[in-house]
Amino acid sequence: MSDALPAVHEQFQAPGQQLEADRLGLWVFLASEAMLFGAVFFALTVYHLIHPAAMHAATSRLDLVTGVIGTAVLLTSSTTMALAVKAAREGRRTEALIVLVGTVLLGLAFEAIKVHDWFDEYDQGLYPPMGPPFPLPQPAARLYFHLYFVSTGLHAVHLAVGILLVAGVAASLLSNRMKLPERTVTVEMVGLYWQFVDIVWIFLFPTLYLVSR
Amino acid sequence: MPSRLAFVGVWLVLLALLGISMAVTLLELGPWHAALNMILAAASAVLVVWFDMHLRESSGILKLFATGTIIFLLIMFSFGLADWPTR
Repeated sequence: MSDALPAVHEQFQAPGQQLEADRLGLWVFLASEAMLFGAVFFALTVYHLIHPAAMHAATSRLDLVTGVIGTAVLLTSSTTMALAVKAAREGRRTEALIVLVGTVLLGLAFEAIKVHDWFDEYDQGLYPPMGPPFPLPQPAARLYFHLYFVSTGLHAVHLAVGILLVAGVAASLLSNRMKLPERTVTVEMVGLYWQFVDIVWIFLFPTLYLVSR
Repeated sequence: MPSRLAFVGVWLVLLALLGISMAVTLLELGPWHAALNMILAAASAVLVVWFDMHLRESSGILKLFATGTIIFLLIMFSFGLADWPTR
């Protein structure tokens, strides 16, 4: 099939109809992901309400500075990803490539910050299953840190998948295997996923770091 | 589609909202700071969905799906939270 025209599968009548189905499919996937993370947020909300003192003690152990820097890095990556989709739609290959590489680097920077945080927290004994003794007396603080590692870990895995996807798109553009604007849909789909993972962090940051501080 | 400058503008607003969120936390406003932090997070998320996820220029059915996701999350939260204080 020619690269010059977007391929239309047999069940669709026009490229526009297929694009709309692609977008809708990805939004359905994101809705299911929102339910997954929603359950984690719900558990955190209940803990904050039932155990305010323990949550305050636990939250205060987190490094607010790296938390804010990481959040700013991810917010910046949302913008570079949005700019990549715009460049792809308008057929500007070099610009799309530059902002996609920027997005990958920002994603890697966030992961590096998070890994640094985890090591730091492990050294403080805040990782409940193993390591140095847990420093806080409240049992609910242990519950909080279990959820903290589950939620930040789940987010980091999602972000790692996003980094691989964006890097894959960038590599395809670099090697000329992907033509723009014909394959804009691929950049768009990866972009939607990336933005969703950023939104999860937009809510995780205040829920984990701020509300009980 | 918005201009590149508009996306940069959205980014600056997002960073400003993060700054306000930090100020709210450090000012120690008591019970208000939790609610304010979540409202600021929701405002940031709306900006990302509307501009960076291009929902602004998407079709009605995509807007419906995005709204539906929020409604289902609200159902989970409201039913779940209603259970705990009424036991």
